[in-house]
Amino acid sequence: MLLISCPNCGSRDETEFQYGGQAHVAYPEAPDTLTDREWAEYLFYRDNTKGAFAERWLHSTGCRQWFNMLRDTVSYEIQAVYRMGEPRPAGSPEAGATTSPAAGNAGSSASPAAGNSGTSSSPASPEGALK
Amino acid sequence: MTTHQPPEHPDFLWRNPEPKSSYDAVIVGGGGHGLATAYFLAKNHGMTNIAVLEKGWLAGGNMARNTTIIRSNYLWDESAAIYEHALKLWEILPEELEYDFLFSQRGVMNLAHTLGDVRESIRRVGANKLNGVDAEWLDPQQVKELCPILNINDNIRYPVMGATYQPRAGIAKHDHVAWAFARKCDELGVDIIQNCEVTGFLKDGNRVVGVKTNRGTIHTEKVGLAAAGHSSVLAEMAGFRLPIQSHPLQALVSELHEPVHPTVVMSNHVHVYVSQAHKGELVMGAGVDSYNGYGQRGSFHVIEHQMAAAVELFPIFARAHVLRTWGGIVDTTLDASPIVGTTPVENMFVNCGWGTGGFKATPAAGLTFAHTIATGTPHKLNKPFALERFETGALIDEHGAAAVAH
Repeated sequence: MLLISCPNCGSRDETEFQYGGQAHVAYPEAPDTLTDREWAEYLFYRDNTKGAFAERWLHSTGCRQWFNMLRDTVSYEIQAVYRMGEPRPAGSPEAGATTSPAAGNAGSSASPAAGNSGTSSSPASPEGALK
Repeated sequence: MTTHQPPEHPDFLWRNPEPKSSYDAVIVGGGGHGLATAYFLAKNHGMTNIAVLEKGWLAGGNMARNTTIIRSNYLWDESAAIYEHALKLWEILPEELEYDFLFSQRGVMNLAHTLGDVRESIRRVGANKLNGVDAEWLDPQQVKELCPILNINDNIRYPVMGATYQPRAGIAKHDHVAWAFARKCDELGVDIIQNCEVTGFLKDGNRVVGVKTNRGTIHTEKVGLAAAGHSSVLAEMAGFRLPIQSHPLQALVSELHEPVHPTVVMSNHVHVYVSQAHKGELVMGAGVDSYNGYGQRGSFHVIEHQMAAAVELFPIFARAHVLRTWGGIVDTTLDASPIVGTTPVENMFVNCGWGTGGFKATPAAGLTFAHTIATGTPHKLNKPFALERFETGALIDEHGAAAVAH
């Protein structure tokens, strides 16, 4: 079980949370112009990264707020927890391993902050791992 | 229940050749689906200059980790067609492959615990009958007659309100299935290459022309991906995306017991599925972990939830001990149906997205995928399962019949 550090409530068991899949998938800016292919990308295609993965979680039995988390999908180590709207923290080794080719599917916040490596900028300490 | 034991197998079932510099086709993934594909490529299409590449040992991934349930009671026509074809192949394969893998048609029950379950189940029985799939609706008393150890009292949290029953369904010995296919593949000239991990693909424009591996580069005209939970990783190497998400899925076995469980019992609602293996272990499957994961292990609370449900349904299990637990990585799609067909890369084909239930489909997946690779066009059975359905919207929503929620 993961021990997840909610930005509002602190460390809680994974069973208090719901998973929300890949983070930073923006709603298409001009939905009326999308092709079927682009709609398919927005609705059904998500990154399935092996390694550091930015994802959304909902603290459903606590503050009931969504937040983002950077987690390694192999070791399950939680590398950063950060609030909705904040960009993915820099410095994660496999950041942006797969980015969507579809137009309107990659908001500016989806791209990892380039040229900013070396600074520890995660807003919440990456507490928690498997227990 | 049978006292039938697995046969002694010979010292060697297949060669361990060095990879050649080129093949007519390369299958990535030496699990059940990859081996079945190679078998049907050789047998049905005469393609024997082919290789199966396996990054670990043969059938050591999901093929070694599944709960071996075989059934075809799916709701929609497309699914019923491909899974029922698989079941018909299971019925003849032990003879065809000349290898007994203990296919035991002991029936599968899918329990209903709510009024919604009952309605959905009866609808599915009707749909199955229309598609020529054997199916019955059982009331709780009939459930009890078929599986006396089931608790059908109405004082439990999720009482048994009935079940669908498919008598022709059952289990098989998964390892032996893989060995049976591998032996025949080898006899037909297929190279099975273990410890051979794919690290990239060679492309000429948009056409795949080779595979890069940790044991050198292999040139080939056609590539078939059959790597289950790692399909996205391979697709990314090849330059395209798949609409799948990989999740850990767990199972466990107890120590050996006298035969007590005569059939297979599955429950979507309380999330457990149980059979008793030939040797006597109680084999139980759990649900997926909610998050994406490649770690081949799952969370303890998932097993705890599963055991609570199992003990309530089968009170005699309370005294059993868990012998071991394990996890595999399943490749789920949003409509709980597989993807078998062409890809955006020319001459590259994909078989993935079988999620939590790929074992039962092994023969039909192999047959249709081999047809797709050999001819470049889908077999009629896998045509509806093309990648394009996510664009056209012709999804095949099998969440009700998939048994494990995902």
